[in-house]
Amino acid sequence: MTSFLAQVEKITPPEIAYGLIAPVLIVLGAACVSVLLEAFLPKHQRWTAQLLLSLLTIVGAGGSLIATAVGDGFPPQGQITLAGTIAVDKPAIFLWATLLVLTFGAILLIADRSVEPGGAFVAQAAIRPGTVQDRAQVAKTGMQTEVFPLTLFALSGMMVFVAANDLLTMFIALEVLSLPLYLMCGLARRRRLLSQEAAVKYFLLGAFASAFFLYGLALLYGYAGSVRLSDIANATAGTNRSDTLLFAGFGLLVVGLLFKASVGPFHAWTPDVYQGAPTPITAFMAACTKVAAFGGILRVLTGAFADTQWEWRGVLWAVAVVSMVIGAVLGLTQTDVKRMVAYSSVAHAGFLLIGSIALSPSGLSGTMFYLVAYGFTTIAVFGVISLVRNADGEATHLSQWAGLAKRSPVVAGVFTFLLLALAGIPLTSGFIGKFVVFTAAIDAGLTPLVVIALVASAVAAFFYLRVIVLMYFSEPAPDGPTVTVPGAFTTIAITLGAAVTLALGLWPDFVLDWAGAGAFIF
Amino acid sequence: MSWVLIALLVLPLVGALVVSLPFLRRDDAKAKLVALAFSVAELLLAVVLWITYEPGGPRLQLTSSVDWIAGFGVHLSFGVDGIALVMIAVIAVLIPLVIGAGWAEKLPSGRSAGGYLGLILLQEAITVAVFAATDVFLFYVLFEVMLIPMYFLIGGYGGARRQYAAVKFFLYSFLGGLIMLASAIGCYVLAQDKIGKGTFDWATLVTVVREADTSTQIWLFLGFFLAFAIKAPLVPFHTWLPDAAAEAPIGVTVIVVGILDKVGTFGMLRYNLPMFPEASKALAPVVLVLAVAGVLYGSLLATGQRDMKRFLAYVSIAHFGFIALGIFSFTSQAGVGSVSYMLNHSISTGMLILVIGMVIARGGSTSIADYGGMSKVAPLLAGMLLLSGLTTLSLPGTNSFVSEFLVLIGSYPTQPVYTILATLGMVLAALYVLWLYQRVMTGPLRGTALLSTGGPGATVDPEKAPITDLNKREIAVLAPLVALVLLLGFYPQPVLDVVTPSVGATLSEVGVTDPVQEGK
Repeated sequence: MTSFLAQVEKITPPEIAYGLIAPVLIVLGAACVSVLLEAFLPKHQRWTAQLLLSLLTIVGAGGSLIATAVGDGFPPQGQITLAGTIAVDKPAIFLWATLLVLTFGAILLIADRSVEPGGAFVAQAAIRPGTVQDRAQVAKTGMQTEVFPLTLFALSGMMVFVAANDLLTMFIALEVLSLPLYLMCGLARRRRLLSQEAAVKYFLLGAFASAFFLYGLALLYGYAGSVRLSDIANATAGTNRSDTLLFAGFGLLVVGLLFKASVGPFHAWTPDVYQGAPTPITAFMAACTKVAAFGGILRVLTGAFADTQWEWRGVLWAVAVVSMVIGAVLGLTQTDVKRMVAYSSVAHAGFLLIGSIALSPSGLSGTMFYLVAYGFTTIAVFGVISLVRNADGEATHLSQWAGLAKRSPVVAGVFTFLLLALAGIPLTSGFIGKFVVFTAAIDAGLTPLVVIALVASAVAAFFYLRVIVLMYFSEPAPDGPTVTVPGAFTTIAITLGAAVTLALGLWPDFVLDWAGAGAFIF
Repeated sequence: MSWVLIALLVLPLVGALVVSLPFLRRDDAKAKLVALAFSVAELLLAVVLWITYEPGGPRLQLTSSVDWIAGFGVHLSFGVDGIALVMIAVIAVLIPLVIGAGWAEKLPSGRSAGGYLGLILLQEAITVAVFAATDVFLFYVLFEVMLIPMYFLIGGYGGARRQYAAVKFFLYSFLGGLIMLASAIGCYVLAQDKIGKGTFDWATLVTVVREADTSTQIWLFLGFFLAFAIKAPLVPFHTWLPDAAAEAPIGVTVIVVGILDKVGTFGMLRYNLPMFPEASKALAPVVLVLAVAGVLYGSLLATGQRDMKRFLAYVSIAHFGFIALGIFSFTSQAGVGSVSYMLNHSISTGMLILVIGMVIARGGSTSIADYGGMSKVAPLLAGMLLLSGLTTLSLPGTNSFVSEFLVLIGSYPTQPVYTILATLGMVLAALYVLWLYQRVMTGPLRGTALLSTGGPGATVDPEKAPITDLNKREIAVLAPLVALVLLLGFYPQPVLDVVTPSVGATLSEVGVTDPVQEGK
């Protein structure tokens, strides 16, 4: 017993740089408080309290992030803390900031009650729509507010995910970010069955992907004897260990990551989930999960597998091509706006993957810039989609958008601008994003991939144009949808997204400099 | 004096904003007046620009530059050489005429003149900027942004198949532009390797990229060339033009054919030749084949057209073949001929389009078979169609003759075979122009479009036909063009003086010895 205690005393607790990880702690703490609020506050006070708490959390976390990043205590390249599990470096700070701002926009969309009375979420999903119980439920609960703590938990998971310095931490972060998302997908007030189907599908496929990730992790541990990225990198450098373990582990791990990033051919969940989930959740998921997933991919590829890139590069080339082709070609055949944006996100994931496998400083900064650009545009896109409605809820079928410009020129104009940004037309952030990623890729010798990407962009432009044609040049259907006048929250979210899209298209310098400020540390 | 150029860029932009203001959107008549005022002011500025420009001066004049995206060496920099100057001038001439010609045009229901003219002025601003840009990145950006107002002009105000035409136009040009972007990035990376710092400044890139080995140059050349071949358009990248020209309202057709397409040939001169001299020489035979194919194919299809607007598109395709022939023959005469052809094509084809637009406005049909014997009721209109047709077929004494002659005489020493083949295009031009005139204007009055009663071939008393001759507004629109056609036909020297030094500089960058000059 004494010897055991002596051993315990010998263990020094890991040093924790609380200041550096404060943003994550704030979000996690607020998520816990948010659960308590949900349990103890009377129903009518919850919405206000939860909304205030969430927004204050984001602002607080952002404030502490800025204080850390510009404060004297921040080491120039960053610092690894929590016994080597979390790396707070310049890219992590950049991605955290991106996640926080994007979540801010998404929370505004989630909180909106003006577009859909009572919000987009349902309290008891099991009650059938349109029944007496259903109407009673709407009247009774002003808005279902579990979604706020769930969002905060997902956000904290994403933040840890992009800073995780070992695979185990990364796995836990992956689960923390995924589980709330699975739930949130099934909460739609309208078209409940579709929403629940989406949730189940996302959950099942996500569970598979997690299993892949975990299996890959185990194999890599067997290979390197450690789950730390730097140890894996060291192990790959000139040893006679089994390559089978390494590449089988790498393959499984990457499949798990690519699934989260909805890169084709691991994209099968994307259209259904984007379509079924409540639109504010789709916005959150599309923007923030993409950032988190690619943050993770960038870190893993650079940190653990940079030395073996010549072995796996070909595979990821193929994956990028497949993703772009699937996204662009299948996007052409879609008749639902949300599904169309889902396929567009698959194509964008392909572009992002090109930047990720460049494995150069410019590839890193280019991909991160692209993530910012894409995230803001996407938030605004889904914000606009949530406005176009008919009696059954959102009118997402493309034919219902015909002649929208005649009825509401402003909404059509904003949506056109956002679509042009997704297509990558100059003077939008989408173009600068493509430009920096492609420049990095050509610099890294990926020219053929860039040419394919450009052709895919042109193909994808067709389906964006098709929506513009519908809105402007087609006659409106007599029983077409109306555009709801958005409340303050949705207006702010859309304005934020569109303004950033324009600003980054005109003056990208600031964000580019910031994205290129530093490299990963391991 | 670089403020003149900046003012030229900003003025139409301001005009577009003003015309789109809500109170002008409600009042079509005022909107037209305001738009016309802005376009005339732009023309005056262009005159000032022309006077300020010194033909013997530095390669790029009236330059100005500020950093845009410092991290990537991107500048907002503008400047003109003789070639750009000529193109900017012709834009400034054509836009007021287009506005004037469309004065009485009926817009689709629910559309206001303010919106339409706003887009036209926006198009003018962007197009002027495309010609004035001296940063490759900026050029690319404007090259793509240029598509957006045109997309809405065709799609929002065009004919029955306007949606199809607008999307086709956009996608063709967008794809070409994207491939050009890949090449532009390639040049940037090349500069990064060679001089340690990436830049998109045109003058710097020219000095860097021209030193690259031939195979690299060929790849980069192809990226730019494809974009320009689609834009110009050269056969076989031309198929968007007939659709766009046929569906666009007539004023917009003038802008597409007379102005936008010139960006393609301008790009070849400004970017392909100086930046990739080795590739230009290596690939010249390919381009020449496309050029001559364009001349013959365009001429043949123009001869066989039944639709007037598609006819115009094929005429233009033939003419772009001549321009490309002159550019890639690498002699100063042919080069000067090509540049003045770009100007004269805008004037003469622009006039032809406007006149045909006036014919269509009277008959309400674009089918040639619906017309006949129109000169009986509209002799002035017939005269104008004849004159614009003759300048299109390059009759001596008209402006086009000078440039076509220069292209052919300049190309012959280096490319005799292609030149002789292209000459066939001149013969065909006489055929398609005169045949069109004959079918529409001569003989007894006939055709469903002109006759209120009776089928095709029926004749009625001219007094009963509801067709009127040119009114004062139409005369005012055509008069400046007639003056330019004749003036530049007899006295082309001012244009040639401006163009020759710039073409000479371009050719010396290619590094070819000019057989015509040597012979002297």
